Amino acid sequence: MVAELTKNERQGALVILLALAVTGLAMAAGGRGDPFGIHGAMVLVAAIVGIFAVIGGYYAPEPSPERLDSYYDSPTKFGIVAAMVWAVAGMAVGDWVAWLLAYPEWTFDAAWASFGRLRPVHTSGVIFGFGGNALIATSFYVMQRTSRARLPDQLTPWFVLFGYNLFCVIAATGYLMGVTQSKEYAEPEWYADIWLVIVWVTYFVLYLRTLNRRKEPHIYVSNWYYLAFILVVAMLHIVNNLAVPISWGSAKSYSLFSGVQDAMTEWWYGHNAVAFFLTSGFLGMMYYYMPKRAGRPIYSYRMSIISFWGITFFYMWAGSHHLHYTALPQWVQSLGMTFSVMLLVPSWVSAGNALMTLNGAWHKVRDDAVLRFMMVAAVFYGLSTFEGSFMAIRPVNSLSHYTDWTVGHVHAGALGWVAMITFGAIYASVPWLWKRNGMYSAKLVEAHFWLSLAGTIIYVFAMWNSGIIQGLMWRTYNESGTLAYSFVDSLVAMHPYYIARAIGGAFFLLGAIIGLYNIWMTIRTASQDQAAQNVADRPVTEPAIGAPALQPGE
Amino acid sequence: MFGFHYRLERKTIGLVLGIIGVASIGGLVEIAPLFTIHQTVEDAPDMRVYTPLELAGRNIYIREGCYACHSQMIRTLRDEVERYGPYSLAVESKYDHPMLWGSKRTGPDLARLGEKYSDDWHVAHMINPRAVVPESVMPSYAFLQRTELRTDDLSDHLKAQRKVGVPYTDDMIANAAADAYGQAAPDSPAADGVTKRYGKATTVRAFDGKPTDLTEMDALVAYLQILGRLTDAAHKPVATAEKKP
Repeated sequence: MVAELTKNERQGALVILLALAVTGLAMAAGGRGDPFGIHGAMVLVAAIVGIFAVIGGYYAPEPSPERLDSYYDSPTKFGIVAAMVWAVAGMAVGDWVAWLLAYPEWTFDAAWASFGRLRPVHTSGVIFGFGGNALIATSFYVMQRTSRARLPDQLTPWFVLFGYNLFCVIAATGYLMGVTQSKEYAEPEWYADIWLVIVWVTYFVLYLRTLNRRKEPHIYVSNWYYLAFILVVAMLHIVNNLAVPISWGSAKSYSLFSGVQDAMTEWWYGHNAVAFFLTSGFLGMMYYYMPKRAGRPIYSYRMSIISFWGITFFYMWAGSHHLHYTALPQWVQSLGMTFSVMLLVPSWVSAGNALMTLNGAWHKVRDDAVLRFMMVAAVFYGLSTFEGSFMAIRPVNSLSHYTDWTVGHVHAGALGWVAMITFGAIYASVPWLWKRNGMYSAKLVEAHFWLSLAGTIIYVFAMWNSGIIQGLMWRTYNESGTLAYSFVDSLVAMHPYYIARAIGGAFFLLGAIIGLYNIWMTIRTASQDQAAQNVADRPVTEPAIGAPALQPGE
Repeated sequence: MFGFHYRLERKTIGLVLGIIGVASIGGLVEIAPLFTIHQTVEDAPDMRVYTPLELAGRNIYIREGCYACHSQMIRTLRDEVERYGPYSLAVESKYDHPMLWGSKRTGPDLARLGEKYSDDWHVAHMINPRAVVPESVMPSYAFLQRTELRTDDLSDHLKAQRKVGVPYTDDMIANAAADAYGQAAPDSPAADGVTKRYGKATTVRAFDGKPTDLTEMDALVAYLQILGRLTDAAHKPVATAEKKP
């Protein structure tokens, strides 16, 4: 990897790593006796490992100018493998905590091993580790192709990816040590948040720099979605994480907001993390990989425009539906409900646009598990956005809120939509990236597909049942006008569904493990088997600046 | 409209500004007024701040992720009020940085847990939940009883709380560590300082049953016992409504 950097970039990498090492050392010294110090030591070690890696390759010959004739895909390759590793780790922890809800003794007598600390390891591991790496990796791939331009340099994409993964590791290890802000899906503490801002701004600037080099006059729809994902996540992250640390040597901070304002800010963030991390970014992925794989153009350009701006506008109002019947003023609740219902229109326009794109390619959906992953993802996207709008209606929410129904809804979206579109995109990219004819085993892709689908359905049905039963038991009255069930009664009723859910999760996890194995074997084996070079898959370079002339095929 | 977009999507900066503009409106309309409209948070003159021990307990509650399974927000629904008590008011979490309203009830709501059970019950429940509730799926928190509470940075905690708007006095900040000891050691000289600074109604007890040492169990139980009791505001509207007819 260092060999791909120019001399200047190697020096730049050393400067960045030295700065990081100094920061880590300061954190370790200032935070003795606090998890903050442990994180400082981890940053220091990471930086030193990086410094050794760069020094080790420092005197390697510089990359040849011919590299500029092809897209820069090494960061994408790393990101895809990292995403799959995070997927297996995050889902494994998720399934473990799912079993803990059925059998609470299946753990260790240690603080780190309790449900409360492991749960954010699962959520952050799958959302940020798996989802985030997949988004960054595919965005690098897609923005280069749709712009017909190479990434502007070799160092920035690596900074974004390594920096982002450092954030994920600090987040996950922090939870195990009890470092959390308690804001759901924004648990990492202030120093990790600041680091993410640095990484994220670099990512945004990299995106703009690449777009500005584009040789296509129009910016392709995938890039609108990736841009919205980057920009709005930055807005949400900064506002929701405003906090005052108790000292420069402590991991602990206090949120700037309190009570009702904090609740609204948190769910404005939380719901739009769903919107712009888990929807917008993955729609960008879908808009590139699905038409590519199906060999069909996007069904409707106008539907793309309507759904893009509809999603970007409506979603931002919807967060207050997480706070129905609470101490949040009713006018905010009503706005949230109204916009959540309206949100169904752009959501279904997107899902419809995706499925109509498959018209004329349904025989491929039947035969090709990769395209089937994408098709099922679009179906689950449509289903879970309908369910979301439905659950945002106040009287429905009075039953569903606080129950497992919400958990089921989230997983219909996360497993059925986000993970499936990602697996589809990854299976499509891997042979393209590593220049193979196909995946190591098509049968294993097929097995992964059916395990994922079965796992999702078992999971979602289990949670629908338990959630609705729970909600009904909590509000059931007997003839004498008193509550019919104690809380513990409802807990006992959940037991079989918690087992079913954990089994569904195990199916999904097994599929991801098979996927990682299949990808690894594709990379490892058949390296001699060069697929026919796709002459069109390269950036447009200016002949004037001395680059070789274009291939005749172009 | 589509012609306009056809031109817009050729400009990076146009798309960027468009996204920022369109995405900002919802948050501005829904969040900003919550800071300016006075009726958003009720007045509660009797509201007190958390003692250092309760705040430390609250931080343990946060650290252990209790909010993932327990809400602290009773909704305005008949069955919730009958099961848990008067519905939660905004003012009750006005000193909560961050709020812990929660989003899931794998276990019951805790907004009005304070003084519902004895300290002994809580300690036994934390050490082994299934010893007191056989059907419980809650993890064991036995290690809290074995872990000494960190008090050397409590003044820093109170200072940071004051920066974000909680009215801690200089006196409270200076005596934070002593007050944490005092609240869990009723017979010690430090106990008087707690009631002097935080009010006579403040609970001063050996929460974990042992007044000699200050553990994380003391702090967590102290916090659980104050839940819903920082102010009586939630009980008042119901009382006046009942008097009317």
